[in-house]
Amino acid sequence: MIAEFGQVTLILALVLAVLLATLPLYGAYRGNETLMRLTTSLVIGHFVFLAAAYVALSAAFLNHDFTLSYVALNSNLLLPWYYRLTAVWGGHEGSLLLWMLMLGGWMLAVAAFSRTLPREFVARVLAVMGIVSIGFLLFTLLTSNPFDRVLPGPTDGQDLNPLLQDPGMIVHPPLLYMGYVGFAVAFGFAIAGLLGGKVEREWVRWARPWTLSAWAFLTAGIALGSWWAYYELGWGGWWFWDPVENASFIPWLIGTALLHSQAVTEKRGSFPAWTVLLSIAAFSMSLLGTFLVRSGVLTSVHAFANDPERGLFILIFMAIITGAALLLYALRAPRIMTGPGFDWMSRETMLLINNVFFTVSAAMVLLGTLYPLIVDFMGWGQISVGPPYFGAMFILLMTPIVILLPLGPFTRWKQDEVMRVMRPLVASAAVAIVLGLVISAALGAWSLRAITGWVGGIWVMAGAVAWALRQARSTRSGLALHQWGMTLAHFGVGVFLIGVAMVESMTFERDMRIEPGQTVEAAGYQFTLHEVAQVKGPNWRAEEARFTVHRNDREVARMTPQKRLYHRGGQVMTQVALRPGITRDLYIAMGEELDPASGAWSIRIHVKPFVRWIWGGAALMTLGGLVSASDRRYWRRRRAEARQAEKTAEVPA
Amino acid sequence: MTPTRKKRLTLVGLIVLGVSAATVVAITALQDNMLFFVTPSDVQAQTLPPDRQIRLGGLVADGTVSRDPDSLAVTFGVTDGAHDVMVSFNGILPDLFREGQGVIAHGHMDESGVFRAHEVLARHDETYMPPEVMRALEKAGHPIEASMPQ
Repeated sequence: MIAEFGQVTLILALVLAVLLATLPLYGAYRGNETLMRLTTSLVIGHFVFLAAAYVALSAAFLNHDFTLSYVALNSNLLLPWYYRLTAVWGGHEGSLLLWMLMLGGWMLAVAAFSRTLPREFVARVLAVMGIVSIGFLLFTLLTSNPFDRVLPGPTDGQDLNPLLQDPGMIVHPPLLYMGYVGFAVAFGFAIAGLLGGKVEREWVRWARPWTLSAWAFLTAGIALGSWWAYYELGWGGWWFWDPVENASFIPWLIGTALLHSQAVTEKRGSFPAWTVLLSIAAFSMSLLGTFLVRSGVLTSVHAFANDPERGLFILIFMAIITGAALLLYALRAPRIMTGPGFDWMSRETMLLINNVFFTVSAAMVLLGTLYPLIVDFMGWGQISVGPPYFGAMFILLMTPIVILLPLGPFTRWKQDEVMRVMRPLVASAAVAIVLGLVISAALGAWSLRAITGWVGGIWVMAGAVAWALRQARSTRSGLALHQWGMTLAHFGVGVFLIGVAMVESMTFERDMRIEPGQTVEAAGYQFTLHEVAQVKGPNWRAEEARFTVHRNDREVARMTPQKRLYHRGGQVMTQVALRPGITRDLYIAMGEELDPASGAWSIRIHVKPFVRWIWGGAALMTLGGLVSASDRRYWRRRRAEARQAEKTAEVPA
Repeated sequence: MTPTRKKRLTLVGLIVLGVSAATVVAITALQDNMLFFVTPSDVQAQTLPPDRQIRLGGLVADGTVSRDPDSLAVTFGVTDGAHDVMVSFNGILPDLFREGQGVIAHGHMDESGVFRAHEVLARHDETYMPPEVMRALEKAGHPIEASMPQ
């Protein structure tokens, strides 16, 4: 029953989305207040029905309704209740439902927080988002309905992929989707801006907090995915340049460029057309990411079972959305005002450089991700692009960013002098070089990568702190929230950089054979295997290796990695043992039993220095984005300004 | 030309120059890091240069996995139904590595015709088969039905 209810609410949500995509748009076009007033109710209804569908699917999971094939494929009687709830987005159909729920949520938030904005503008934004919602609802109902019945249903289901039975998985997809879908808001603002022919500086300011929050969620989502892969996949890597990861990274890079170009457009009115283009690109790339992940056209280490027909649907949808947006852009671009000029040495130039490097990086990742597809399509053979390509390109493209980053905030708008900008940073540069060398030497990390990482990281961190200090001294009220946000995020870049450099240059990593009672030495730690025992969990049993780890004759950790066998699907899973630390992680993963007679196992031991800094840096960036987004200057709209906007708001012919 | 225009032109010129340079570097890097996918039949048909890095894909041949009890060395056959290639690997195999299952190995052929793998990937999901492997099997005339659940 509940499934049919969910089905019906999904259809109702589609109906409301169609109304939302048409009526307010027409209302805004004709200046019809009544039609525009409908927007809020439609958005609320749309969200409520989506939420009802989502709850219905969750209920089906909780009640073990295996007549739903989606439930039967992703859950079973032994699965604990919390994984049954997260299993809702464990597969394709449910994760789409989550995607749409997020979209509905963002639309609700836009409706709730934009009451001070011109009515026709909000109507247009939400109508554009409604169009996006129609696409995804149709996609779900036509190709991937989570409420499909199989009668009679099996008595028990398959299993949720054991990789997904993990706390990291509870938060990773929702955050990632929050980010992906959040770019739909920036997209909606840009399209609404184009439709309305409004002054760019205005709507760009309104769009900024939305872009910032979407970017922050995406950052958090990607970081969590990386962290999850690190402890769950058992390889000990934090980033694999896998197509699925790239699919989320490309929108992130474009989003980062967008944040910075929005700053210029809002503050100075320059690059308005470019900002519009980036807004379109960020969302298109989110759609492309969804396509790449869902279509299965790419060989990926974490590709799951998929269906080419679905991929085609998303591809067509993406082509329509992006094509229409670009067409509108081409028609309206000549009307977009060009901003005032600026000098060589100016904040505008700095942010322009940022944009060039970030978009080129995005194009580069896109090229590496799609190249195998193109080659295959042309019939030139089957290839894949190795991680060294991405690594080399990133070092090349990010080095200028790291060098210039601290200079950016110190540079004045319009015009500045190199010497004036450099002066306050001389101390930071000196600190970075001296401290960087001293720390590298103290850690014994005497490699080019580690040293550059430390010097570059400290340079970025010191630059961010120096700017915050100067700002705090020069204004009585202290730093504004958006300035705190920027400082935090930039500081996070430095932290991240150090983490990456240390992990990439100083990781100890070895696969070895070990028998109970034996001790192996790894990077100054002694790992002793005591025994391998049998243990049991709710829906699995496992062999558990019991290790103690000593350093300088003192016990630092007891670690118990496991090799799990899941009852239902018969899948084998490596459960890594981790001992996290600020300056290093200890990591043990079990391979397989090599010799039953002696009890020897193959074991993978890693000692990863500063790996937590990678996610710590990302966490700071996330926090920075959120703090920035919460600044009231983006939300406040002075009365005079409102009156002005009312006056200038033109009705397009 | 006004000074402003001149400046803008130089700026645009610099950006174009930078982007083209990046493109050239990207293409070069791409060429260097391309890994070709080969099947056991391809290996049989052509002699690959011994140091060329490739990805070998197919099914783990039944009854060919043999482990050295004293080290991590393991050898197994990879088949596409028509031909077999022996693979030697020193390390931990993925959880889902099993006889009769799809596998992709990264490495190179040595002079004796053994594939030296430095990385072995297996599928990640019960129903997933690497598309290349699927097509390789079809090409060799031994298609398998993707084992659908239920």
